[in-house]
Amino acid sequence: MTLRDLRPGESGTILGFEPSAAINRLMEMGMVPGSQVQVVRLAPFGDPIDLRVRDYHLSIRKSEAALIRISRHEG
Amino acid sequence: MRVALCGNPNVGKTTLFNQLTGLRQRVANFPGVTVERKAGTLAGAPHVEVIDLPGTYSLTPRSVDERIAYEVLVGRLEEEPDVVVCVLDAGNLERNLYVVTQVIDLGLPVIVALNMMDVAEENGLAVDASALEKDLGVPVVPITASRGEGIDELKGCILNPPEPAQVYRWQLMDAVDAKIPALIKQLAEEAPHVKPMHLRMEVLRALAEEETLDAWRLEAPEFVNCIVVLQEEFAKRGVAWRHAEVSGRYAWIGPIAQRVSHRFRGPATLSDRIDAVFTHRVAGPLCFLLILVCVFEAVFSWAIPAMDLIEAGVAALAGGVRSVLPAGWVTDLLTDGIITGVGNVVVFLPQILLLFFFLGIMEDSGYMARSAFIMDRLMKRVGLSGGSVLPLLSSYACAIPGIMAARTLDSERDRLITIMVAPLMSCSARLPVYTLFIAAFLPTGKLLGVFGYQGLAMFSMYMMGTIMAFVAAAILKRVVFKGPESYFVMELPPYRRPRLRQLFWRIYQRSRVFAVRAGKIILGCSIVLWFLASFPRTETSPEATQIEEQAIQERNREYAAAQALTPGTDLAVAADSVALTDSTLAHALDLTARADAKYAAALDSANIVRQSTQIRGSAIGYLGCILEPVMQPLGFDWKISAGLVSAFAAREVIISTLGIIYSVGDAEGGVALRDALKADRYPDGRPVFTPLVAMSLLVFFVFALQCMSTLAIARRETNTWRWPIVMWFYMTALAYLASLLVYQGGQLLGLS
Repeated sequence: MTLRDLRPGESGTILGFEPSAAINRLMEMGMVPGSQVQVVRLAPFGDPIDLRVRDYHLSIRKSEAALIRISRHEG
Repeated sequence: MRVALCGNPNVGKTTLFNQLTGLRQRVANFPGVTVERKAGTLAGAPHVEVIDLPGTYSLTPRSVDERIAYEVLVGRLEEEPDVVVCVLDAGNLERNLYVVTQVIDLGLPVIVALNMMDVAEENGLAVDASALEKDLGVPVVPITASRGEGIDELKGCILNPPEPAQVYRWQLMDAVDAKIPALIKQLAEEAPHVKPMHLRMEVLRALAEEETLDAWRLEAPEFVNCIVVLQEEFAKRGVAWRHAEVSGRYAWIGPIAQRVSHRFRGPATLSDRIDAVFTHRVAGPLCFLLILVCVFEAVFSWAIPAMDLIEAGVAALAGGVRSVLPAGWVTDLLTDGIITGVGNVVVFLPQILLLFFFLGIMEDSGYMARSAFIMDRLMKRVGLSGGSVLPLLSSYACAIPGIMAARTLDSERDRLITIMVAPLMSCSARLPVYTLFIAAFLPTGKLLGVFGYQGLAMFSMYMMGTIMAFVAAAILKRVVFKGPESYFVMELPPYRRPRLRQLFWRIYQRSRVFAVRAGKIILGCSIVLWFLASFPRTETSPEATQIEEQAIQERNREYAAAQALTPGTDLAVAADSVALTDSTLAHALDLTARADAKYAAALDSANIVRQSTQIRGSAIGYLGCILEPVMQPLGFDWKISAGLVSAFAAREVIISTLGIIYSVGDAEGGVALRDALKADRYPDGRPVFTPLVAMSLLVFFVFALQCMSTLAIARRETNTWRWPIVMWFYMTALAYLASLLVYQGGQLLGLS
């Protein structure tokens, strides 16, 4: 599953990426395989999304979220 | 000695810079680009220069701002700094440390300034600076820049810089690490100019980034070959080479950050609670709209008293100069050309200052990022991203700061599109033109008893420009800047209280840059325009002479009639006597006073006739006449055309030009000019200005790019004349077509 499939409040661990120009930027911002990420909320018009990663807020579009493979944390 | 401050955006670099340098700073531009180069000398150590670099998340630059930071640090833009102070937000160590590890690898002496210790503490986070120092291997100085704490320690550290790091402390995954030495050797052979300390970084960048690899293709083809072969081999073996560097760095940073920071209380939620409102599904967009409305209301209504004051001051100055200097063309040039021309720019400063102030608050508080977050979905639809919101909003004040603000955009394509459409947002220079024509030609009534027609017209001017900006962006993206979708990755920084002192200082610097740059251009244009309007000289105007002669005769006749009432008394003498007991005498004097007033009025109109004869015969009148056939379909006569020629330099100049043409002085939006416009007739008696002509002209101003400063800044920001030229042509064509549509369509509908 990808980060796009997470609902607000859910979190997961990053497993890997689909190739894209955005990936290098995302990784520099701290989203590397193994890091934890939580979807905080969606923007008012449904896109982009507000993530919590490495203890700060990062905003990315759903189209980028769909490039990030994750495993969902249960519970 | 030179010290560079570097670090992520929003970590208090500028606050620290101000603390280190006091007010001894210069704001200039980096050579070739308009990115601000803020430099100053260290307080108490004048031989140390401190440079504030633009914020950057990594040394793999993506935006123009980041490229500047990178190029200064590797010594490509200017000599590399002797010491680098990396500023960190103590509350966000992991991401902040990433760029620090890259800077350390450059082989420069690095000092870490651990900023915002107070905020971290308030949020329940304690950071152990000495533990961090031990783990990183570079000096770490805890500071709270906003309160000036730790600044002296940091200064001491800068004056006794550490040795540069000699070893790489982080681990690249073994499979990749094993291949690096061979690649370094290869690159060093083919590109001997690369500094030995930078070789490893260049290799890693080329490995991870397609663009960087492509850039080497010409200079180091064998090196590129090696990398391509290696990438294929990695792919076959399942080695995640693309993540190697970033993962390696974070694998080192993560545990360090865990070790040195200690959470003694759950994270503060104030910022999250604010966000629950500001980015709420319903409340968020409403707040955004409300803030916009308030800001624009404030910008336009608060500025008016100051603008009136400036106008009065400029008029008084011109009048004063005129009364002191002898009459002649030099005095005319000074008063009508230079003082009025410069006054035309200065009068916008209050609005621009206010807009800078509000945008500054939005930026510093962190709200600007939220506005991008809210608006991204809508902006994306027209081919822009949330990041374009700030540049486009700034363009409502002036396209120049707007175009400059586009530098923060990651995607070069988004940046170009934003620059190309920013001048369509109605800037404050259009405002006086809107005001004049709307006040003169639109009814004062209210629609449905609520919305004034004039206010609605003003609002629709702004809407027209804004909507067209979006349409133009969508077209540009689909037709001109085709390519894959750009991405949107943006930090939502925690909300912070803006620091007013710092804000005012920045506003002062920015508006000074604006006033000087725009002022120079407008000063030059005003002088040129004044010459164009004043030469060639038309010395005689038979019409005016006739009016004058008639006036003299009439006055003599009326004087004689008055004199006949009171034979034996010299009226000229009696006028000065105080006691007026004789009612006949009083009546006679009254008659002469009226005759004098009539005479003065006649002389004025003779003067107006003479000046407009002058304008008609001048170079600008000539240009207007040449353009008239082209502009006639839009409803414009030669006078408006001449005004449009002059407005190419700067929009508001049309008002002073029309003022000169109609010889009514050029107090902006002045009642005299308004009346003169309404009274003007074609030879056949038709009015020159009808509400329809006014609408057509207004629409022309909404779309046309009449601003040399905008073209100049677009040239600098895009580094080519191509885009400014395209911009000028598409906007002028748009303006012409839209005006044509309004005027011809209006006529078909039977409007006038």
